[in-house]
Amino acid sequence: MDKASILVVDDEKVVRDSLTRWFGEYGYRVSTAGSGKEALGLLSERPFDVMLVDIKMPGMDGLELLRRTREAVPDAVVIIMTAYGTVDYAVQALKQGAYDFVKKPFDPDDLARLVEKALEHRGLVAENIQLKRSLDQVSQFDDIVGDSPEMRDLLEMVRNVAETDSTVLIVGESGTGKELIARAVHAASPRRYMPIVPVSCGALPDTLVESELFGHEKGAFTGAQYRRKGKLELADGGTLFLDEIGEISPKTQVDLLRVLEERAFTRLGGHEVIHVDFRLITATHRDLEQRVAEGKFRQDLFYRLNVVTLRCPPLRERTGDIPLLAEHFMKKLSRQMSRRFELIEPEAMELLQRHPWPGNVRELENAIERAMVVGTPPAIRARDLPVPGPAGGEGAARPGGTSLAAVEREHIQRILLKHRGNVTRAARELEIDRVTLYNKIKKYGLRRE
Amino acid sequence: MPRLTLVTAGPLGRGYLERLAWRLSTVLPHAVIVAGAPLNLSPAWDPERGQYHSTRILELLARGETGEEGSRTLGVVGEDLFVPILTFVFGEALLGGPAAVFSPVRLSPTFYGLPRNKDLLLERSLKEALHELGHTFGLYHCPRDCVMRASANADEVDLKPARFCEACARALPA
Ligand SMILES: [Zn+2]
Ligand SMILES: [Zn+2]
Repeated sequence: MDKASILVVDDEKVVRDSLTRWFGEYGYRVSTAGSGKEALGLLSERPFDVMLVDIKMPGMDGLELLRRTREAVPDAVVIIMTAYGTVDYAVQALKQGAYDFVKKPFDPDDLARLVEKALEHRGLVAENIQLKRSLDQVSQFDDIVGDSPEMRDLLEMVRNVAETDSTVLIVGESGTGKELIARAVHAASPRRYMPIVPVSCGALPDTLVESELFGHEKGAFTGAQYRRKGKLELADGGTLFLDEIGEISPKTQVDLLRVLEERAFTRLGGHEVIHVDFRLITATHRDLEQRVAEGKFRQDLFYRLNVVTLRCPPLRERTGDIPLLAEHFMKKLSRQMSRRFELIEPEAMELLQRHPWPGNVRELENAIERAMVVGTPPAIRARDLPVPGPAGGEGAARPGGTSLAAVEREHIQRILLKHRGNVTRAARELEIDRVTLYNKIKKYGLRRE
Repeated sequence: MPRLTLVTAGPLGRGYLERLAWRLSTVLPHAVIVAGAPLNLSPAWDPERGQYHSTRILELLARGETGEEGSRTLGVVGEDLFVPILTFVFGEALLGGPAAVFSPVRLSPTFYGLPRNKDLLLERSLKEALHELGHTFGLYHCPRDCVMRASANADEVDLKPARFCEACARALPA
């Protein structure tokens, strides 16, 4: 593939070297020249997509080089590099057709954005993305597990809606995987090579939502020591995913509505109008229509968000998927925890399929994880699952509670009893070393006999 | 099995290095080891900038690494890094090997006046470490959902996953 070419013109070797390495990481073809004369020599041999030119050089300075370059190549994209105190020259350079200018030393963020913009201007970025799209055919739905009719319908809708640029509202109880669905929509959409930016609206205090979404300038408020991009800006070109949208305040509802209408905003404490192009996906576990009826959610915003609705079914409506899901989590967690679990005992599977799962898929994953922490490979057993079993059975309600610590304490106590307080044997069965076991006995205040 | 040697310098949080080494070992095919002695950074100090020149650090690190069979050296430096033309860098790598360096300083939310968050710092560190190591295996920036995506600020680091896409993963040693 043809990579973009960049010519760096600067009399300082460290600048040439640094930029060569930095652009090299992007895969750009970088050439350098130590003077205007040398640069013109290179330009006479071949064109460059973007030129970065230092304004102050001995002999031919940057302005002179800019003039001569534009005589020879009228559509050359030249970015002027200025040092402290040469901004006046930079303004002059813009008048003479420079594409833009940057002040040394550069903020990497500014430089990256500027060069990307310049290349986009040359039509190069779009081309590259197109090429990569045709090369890439990876389906990214791997994380969504389920073969039930409910899930098949949902995925079918995901595929259809992904192609469009419509705003999507995802509804469903907590733990049903609304974020995964949002990611699936993004991954199957033409925006897939740009980021998906998630914001959990419910987790943020109202005062922070604004700065989180819109970003802020340096000094916008106490503690704002640096300029910070907001999520809207980070999502430019990609997808913005607002989770728990039902929780946002009336003020943020107004702000958001305005951004959706104008596709532009300003950072807190700033004046520059920033234009953004993103796809919006929102999610909620609440009944938004009811919130609208109660006057807690703006109707006009609701209509803007609710163009297409995807519903994530609760786990109890697709119990047929439970075995697939349980095995998926077992395999995934085995890799992550380096504990080789290979099967789920039939008794345990029965228990999993009978449980109502008020916390949905997330609760199921947590249950498998706990069973793998307290249990012994290679099988997940009913008694290690933190779900109530048949009355009086071994997996019945746990007296010590269901926190991980409580389950661990109880399990260690049981193993200790089994080995009549023999720490060496208990440690062997628990697959931990004796020192760790002693520490846990002390921590939990356990009896050894 | 190829080796990945972590060489430290500057202040790092307690337990940070162990957790990072462990996470790296779960993603990379390398045996991850931590060098016994920290690196002396003084040749890389720039008094004018008040930062450390990352390219100098790379030169120091590369001296000790042969790069045999995909082995690499990664500097984990608890100081702010720069290259002359940029205000800072998260890290830098020798494209095609054998050494890379990154700094957790600007990855920590506390640097931006936000509350301390150890887990977030570790997650970001893992991504930057993998990213710079990716460069040592000849990888360029990647536009996919991939750790090789370019990120010029800490928030952008959060947007990429801590793994290589299929195409980039092929460049890693088996
Ligand atoms: Zn990079
Ligand atoms: Zn990649």
